[in-house]
Amino acid sequence: MRKFERTEGLVAPLDRANVDTDLIIPKQFLKSIKRTGFGVNLFDELRYLDEGQPGQDCSKRPLNPDFVLNQPRYAGASVLLARRNFGCGSSREHAPWALEDFGFRVVIAPSFADIFYNNAFKNGLLLVTLPEETIDRLFGEVEASEGYRLDVDLESQRVITPSGEILEFEVDAFRKHCLLEGLDDIGLTLQDEDAIRAFEQRHRAERPWLFRESAQA
Amino acid sequence: MAGQTLYDKLWSQHLVKERDDGTALIYIDRQLLHEVTSPQAFEGLRLAGRKPWRLDANLATPDHNVPTTLKERAEGNVGIKDPVSLIQVQTLDDNCVEFGIEEFKINDPRQGIVHVVGPEQGATLPGMTVVCGDSHTATHGAFAALAHGIGTSEVEHVLATQCLLAQKMKNMQVRVEGELGTGVTAKDVVLAIIGKIGTAGGTGYAIEFAGSAVRELSMEGRMTVCNMAIEAGARVGLIAVDDTTIEYLAERPFAPRGEQWQAAVADWRNLVSDSDAQFDKVVTLDAAEIEPQVSWGTSPEMVTGISGEVPDPVEQDDDTVKRGYTRALEYMGLAPKQKITDIRLDKVFIGSCTNSRIEDLREAAKVARGKKVADSIKLAMVVPGSGLVKRQAEAEGLDKIFIEAGFEWREPGCSMCLAMNADKLGAGEHCASTSNRNFEGRQGYGGRTHLVSPAMAAAAAIAGHFVDVRRFDAQPAAEEA
Repeated sequence: MRKFERTEGLVAPLDRANVDTDLIIPKQFLKSIKRTGFGVNLFDELRYLDEGQPGQDCSKRPLNPDFVLNQPRYAGASVLLARRNFGCGSSREHAPWALEDFGFRVVIAPSFADIFYNNAFKNGLLLVTLPEETIDRLFGEVEASEGYRLDVDLESQRVITPSGEILEFEVDAFRKHCLLEGLDDIGLTLQDEDAIRAFEQRHRAERPWLFRESAQA
Repeated sequence: MAGQTLYDKLWSQHLVKERDDGTALIYIDRQLLHEVTSPQAFEGLRLAGRKPWRLDANLATPDHNVPTTLKERAEGNVGIKDPVSLIQVQTLDDNCVEFGIEEFKINDPRQGIVHVVGPEQGATLPGMTVVCGDSHTATHGAFAALAHGIGTSEVEHVLATQCLLAQKMKNMQVRVEGELGTGVTAKDVVLAIIGKIGTAGGTGYAIEFAGSAVRELSMEGRMTVCNMAIEAGARVGLIAVDDTTIEYLAERPFAPRGEQWQAAVADWRNLVSDSDAQFDKVVTLDAAEIEPQVSWGTSPEMVTGISGEVPDPVEQDDDTVKRGYTRALEYMGLAPKQKITDIRLDKVFIGSCTNSRIEDLREAAKVARGKKVADSIKLAMVVPGSGLVKRQAEAEGLDKIFIEAGFEWREPGCSMCLAMNADKLGAGEHCASTSNRNFEGRQGYGGRTHLVSPAMAAAAAIAGHFVDVRRFDAQPAAEEA
């Protein structure tokens, strides 16, 4: 996994609550068996005026000029400012893959859906939760000033605005550690292989029916 | 010390290790796999030279991409006309062979939607931890199993380590007390719950559904309720074990036998919240007040009773909500204050992991019997949740009732719930759907989904618009002709 330490980047505002994972990456693109290449189809139904198909050359498709990511002032944004319950809906990890592939490193919102939250951290995408009032204010600032950038520092858990205002955020210690180090969860868990084996043995002894071969012995 | 909730018990029974920061390793008893969220996980194993930790914990079946028409299905994988879908299903087959995982392939009579297949096979048991790369894994909580939807990285993690990194959730209890009215079903209950607490109301919680109305539900009904816990924001939905649970599981192919069965049942009886257990949040609904529900918007919380009307965004206090409602009405092509019964439909879909089990089909058939789908309906389809559900329905003659009424009777799969196969809505089409999500584009580009129960969907197919199924039989069948 790619490390995340600090990002200073252009902010794009997506002013809409309950952005679901179907909206982030529609189902037809989930047919891919790869982890990459989803960026061109991020927010496909909002971004283009036609219906997208997998494997299509998206450079020739008609863009929706009203969609925020199509506006020149937000080109190259790496921080997405969003509304409450971002990432609700399905468990598709294609959603963080698409955000990351598009170039986003951070999403800032008042709240995130649980499964999306997990998936994002496993892919080097930092999710920053800030109070609703703060988010409201940031929306105002982004819209009012072209080229608005935020500095997001995971180590100190701070977002720094262009005026120098510091916004502190919470993130749990384990997720932070994995993101800072770019750690592979599986490798970490396998360090506990003995503990898992011991648990499994005990579990099988206590509840053998949970193991298929012993359930029907 | 306060007693434990059902969730607390399941958590502690599977806790391998807990770190100081609250992150825990929990042991996973069952992983269900399908073609959409597993290929990258298997690829990850291959790249790292890893093997699955425990083969017998896994069970796979293709469901999202499979065609539901008999002609295509008769050809097996070759019948999948979309080459990208075909590769995905073929990849699941290849991975299962390579890694030694049991799979119900496309034309196995046991194939179906993972969340229908698991319980039907007894592969989901009380006291298990169950995961799947699909958010509707919450379904299995109906058996007092701790069931999570997970992402693909986690699918790989579970394959490789038999564990999941997790953090303990908070406990919420949703009590539905009293008796449901005639024609009011589990689907209406869960939609009413979502309408009440909102799509983020359960975020961070495991929800236990309780109360006399929940106890009265069949296992099929309980699965419908738990299935949509995720639509209330909760990864986990749970219902305590009782006789209904145990009766359902007896003799299922994967269920324990003989002495193991006796020992298991004795253990399962403890899978209830203690009477003095503390919940972080309790929500109560009066069953008698729940009407048949219809969603009018693009989020499952945008839902109301059949006697209601589409809300007026102007009357909303919260700005974000106001904008959301305005956008939803525009997308849905509905007017503020429009009566729900005035919403005309183009298609009807009865199926999905929410409502494609035998009881769902029986309820829909009861309404459709002897009636005809309205001429204005372009397509009304019934998609059983598994090959075994289909077989059972046919043995009961339900297929004939549907076909005579003008419904298409299809082969099992996820179908138009998310339209990854050929079954989809056209732009602007309104669909009465027994599925779980009414998001923009979910059932097809520009499609307009209304979430309802199977009985309400069948009634809507016949009337051509939404009708109150509680009074449906009293109406002459020809009224709308």
